Formats: sequence, structure tokens, C-alpha cells
Amino acid sequence: MTDVKNPSPSSGTKPREEWTGQVGFILAAIGSAVGLGNIWRFPGVAYENGGGAFLIPYLVALLTAGIPILFLDYAIGHRFRGSAPTAFRRLSGGKRWMEGLGWFQVAIAFVIGLYYTAVIAWALSYFVFSFDLRWGDDTAGFLTGEYLQVGDPGFSLEFVPGVLIPLAIVWLAAIVVLALGVARGLQRVNVIFLPLLVVAFSILVVRALFLDGAAEGLNALFTPDWAALGDPNVWIAAYSQIFFSLSIAFGIMITYASYRKRRSNLTGPGLVVAFANSSFEILAGIGVFATLGFFAFQQGIAVSELEGLTGVGLSFITFPAIVSQMPGGPIFGVLFFGSLVMAGFTSLISVLQVVSAAVQEKFGMTARGAAVGVGVVSAVLSVLLFSTTTGLLALDVADQWANNIGIVASAVLATILVIWILRRGPELRYHLNAVSTFKVGRIWVLLVGILAPVILGYMLIQRIITLVVEGYADLPSWYLGVVGWGTIAFIIVVAIVLPLFRWRQSPDDFTAWPPYPPPGDPTVSRRVGRKGMSS
Amino acid sequence: MTPIAITFLILAILVVWGGLVASTLYLRRSPELSSYPPGATDDHREDDAPIIRDT
Repeated sequence: MTDVKNPSPSSGTKPREEWTGQVGFILAAIGSAVGLGNIWRFPGVAYENGGGAFLIPYLVALLTAGIPILFLDYAIGHRFRGSAPTAFRRLSGGKRWMEGLGWFQVAIAFVIGLYYTAVIAWALSYFVFSFDLRWGDDTAGFLTGEYLQVGDPGFSLEFVPGVLIPLAIVWLAAIVVLALGVARGLQRVNVIFLPLLVVAFSILVVRALFLDGAAEGLNALFTPDWAALGDPNVWIAAYSQIFFSLSIAFGIMITYASYRKRRSNLTGPGLVVAFANSSFEILAGIGVFATLGFFAFQQGIAVSELEGLTGVGLSFITFPAIVSQMPGGPIFGVLFFGSLVMAGFTSLISVLQVVSAAVQEKFGMTARGAAVGVGVVSAVLSVLLFSTTTGLLALDVADQWANNIGIVASAVLATILVIWILRRGPELRYHLNAVSTFKVGRIWVLLVGILAPVILGYMLIQRIITLVVEGYADLPSWYLGVVGWGTIAFIIVVAIVLPLFRWRQSPDDFTAWPPYPPPGDPTVSRRVGRKGMSS
Repeated sequence: MTPIAITFLILAILVVWGGLVASTLYLRRSPELSSYPPGATDDHREDDAPIIRDT
């Protein structure tokens, strides 16, 4: 029997950081999953894809792809106890190309961290603007003109102070939290912000329900359109929503799970995290559509005639306009933008931790050194790219490519390489079941190995074709080439180049626990021997 | 609100929030396994985790 210690027991490595316990991990994982997308993406997507009927593909996607891939991330991070590059390398027995997959995910997180911070900075500004309704009557004009000062597509070094200052504040806060470490930084922020977010958003929802027209808004969201269920695009929309909402397949959950002690329940907390994330989406749907119902009522039009029901448009154009018309609007605005800041910040720190942990392990740095190093480099790039007059366009394009191509490709690659090429499905399933109370059957391997890559692969190909043929948002093709495809090229270069650097301390000096095949289980040993899956 | 919209609102709440309540109760009832495979016992540092010594 091997008495397993933390990585490299003989090398004098300091103990791996840990969450203080199960509740701390669950709160941090929910904080990561509940982000801007829950508030500004889910309600509009559900409305546009069948309303109440969307619930069916949404739940099917949650159970057949969201939760299974979440479990896959947990199993990889927890069994191989490291950030994405470390974990994938150990999983493959030290193969560089699998480490490359980890760096692919780290590069995605790095890019997302650069612009996600900018959106939180905008929300922070609008939180302040809420007090005196500074956006006035023309909220669209205020956002792109007075506030962001959007220029033509290109690269400008003309900084917008109104964005630069909150952006610097968000980066400073993020660096401090990361530098404080997993338990004292990340966990503590989530323990404070998550309950605050739920309380603030619940107050907002209750207020919204008592607005004139709220019932019409909820009718629009929840009336089922059964015909939508026959449309494959509605099902793809459901899988996309679940996939992007759960913070899966780009290293976050691998990294977070690696900070759990070895004897930790994985699937039980995973179910709580997944349902908590969806619960917040339903809450957001009720709040957003009750509010939109009020807006339509004020204008004397139907909810279906409203524009700007998702994303930046919903949050920074439509909602400010609604707040201006509402009795007690400033309080509503403070609650809404405060919620955006809190939901965004708890997700941001999880994204940045993916990069920080990977750099820390690869280059043998301290947690604080890596956090500050990664944070400062990211902050400088983020300020240069997204606090200028061209920031909004760059953000929109980078987001479109990093998410729809980067993360989806990462998921397709991970599922195919782990399940089909390296054939580690049974080992990961054994790991989940050896430490967890909720057992997963063989169907889990099938869902992760077949259903997930098929659906996500279809989404990926469809999106690549659309972006190549139709472009995006009427922007010039040279700009999409540089910012959009350039983002993907950067991610691929990182995935190829970083594995070539030497590790300060070999990650391969590692023994996975519990051993697989389990000693004394002849059935598993026989199966493994036949298929050549021994670790 | 129309009856069909109310039905789906309640259905969504029951299924999704119900899922959260059920998974939370399940976790509270059995938070950890009673027995694990041998090994990994020295990894239990739950109590002193906040004292991070690598900074």
C-alpha cells in the first residue's frame, strides 16, 4: 500500500493549499459558476428559445452534459492534484502534448481574464452612476459615447479615464485576493459575496414582481412554445447555455478541485453546485423579465417588441433606461449593478486562479509571487487593450472567439483525448466513486465520451463556418482576423510553446490516489489489463 | 399571468430549486464516505489550511 502524500513528498514541496472544508469549496465553486452570464444571458436565451418549453432541453443539457463534464473536471483536478497543465500531464503519464491541452485552457482563462475585468469595471461605474442616474435619457448614446467613447475599429492608445480608474480598482482587488491564497483570499471573498449577492438579487426580484407589467414579462418568459422543441438550434442553445454557465472545460474546476483534500466527496457537492447555478439562472430570469415587462408596459408595447434583451445591451442600455423610469430607481440600479459586480468578481478570481496556479507550478513560484506576477502582467495588458476608445469592440470580438471557439474546442479536445485516446474514463469513474457518496455509472463515461464531443463538436463547426462565412457584427475582416482569430492563434501558440519550457520541479514524481486498478479487485484488474489502461 | 405561464413558472421553480434542495439534503445526510481506500491519511489538514506557509 502506498501512503500517498501531497505532490512530491520526498522533494520537500510545501503542502498544497486547500479549502477549509466542503462548504468553502461549494461556495467558491458556486461563486465561479454564477457569473454575468447567469444574469444577462440566461433570461434572453430562454425567452428566444421556446420560453417555458426551453426548460426541457435546458434540464436535459444539464443532466447529460453540464453535470457529467463538471464531474470530469473534478475527477481530473482532484486525482492529479494540480492546475490544468500539471493535471493533464500527470493523467497522461508525463506527455507534453497533454500538458499542452492544459496550457490551451490556461491561455483561454488568461484572455477571458483580460476583458472580464473590464466588464466588471463598467458595472462598478454604473453602480456609482445609479445614485444620480447619470446616464440620462439616451442610455445607448451614454454608453458608447460619453462613457466608453467608442471609436472606429482599430487599436488606440487614447485612454478613457472613466473606464481606466474602475478597471485599475478591479485589478488591484483581484490581485490582493489572489495573493491572499485559496482559503484566505478566494474562499473568503466567496463566503462574503455569495450570500450578499443572493440577498441583493432577491430584493431586486421581489421589487420587480410588484412593478406594473411584471406579469406580462413573466408571461413572455414562461409561456411555452412547443414548436421550438423541434428546432435543433434550440437544443444547441440549451447545451451552450449550460456549458458556458457552469465554468467547465477551461481549467477552473480542475484547479478548484485540486485544492480539495484527497479524502473528499466530489459528486455530492458537484450536484449542489450545478443546481445552485441553475437556480440562480431561474431567479435571474424572473427578475429580468418582470423588469422588462414593466419597461414594455411603460412604453405601451409588447415585451416581444423590446430590443436589447441579452448581454451588454441588456445590462448597460436597457436596464439603465428602466431604472430611470422606475419609482425608487437608484436603489434598483444599485442592487442590479452591485449584483453584477459581485457575480462577476467571484467568477473573475476563479478565472485568474487558473493562470496563477499554472504559472506557480510550472515555474516553481510561491502562490503570492505567481498571483502578483500574473495579476500585474494581465492588468497592464487589460488596461492597454480595454480601457481605450477601441476597448468595447476588442472585448466583443475577443469574447466571441475565446468562448465559442476556444472553450468549446478545449472541451472537445479534452473529452476525446482523455476518454478515447488515453482511455482514462474507467479510472476517473473509479476515482469519483471511490471518494464520493453519489456514484456514477458507466453511462457517465458514455455521456462524456460520446454525447459531449458530438454536440460540442457540432456547435464548434457550426460557429466556425458562421464566423468565416458571415463575419461578426459587420466588423471589417482584417479586424476579426487580428482580434478574433488572433486570439485563437495566441491560445494555440501558448499551448505549443509553454510545454517546451523546463519545469522547476518535475510534476511527474507523483502517485495518484487511490491506486488504479484497485489492489484486490480482480474484476477491475482483469478489465484494465485487457484494455491496457493501467496507470 | 396566464395559467400556462404560471404552471411553467412553478414547474421551473419546483424542478430546479427542488433539485438544489434535494441535492443539499442528500449531501447533508451523507457528507462524506464512511470508509475510503487505504492511504492519503496524511493529507488531512482541514483545520490548519488557512495558515498558508508558502508566502
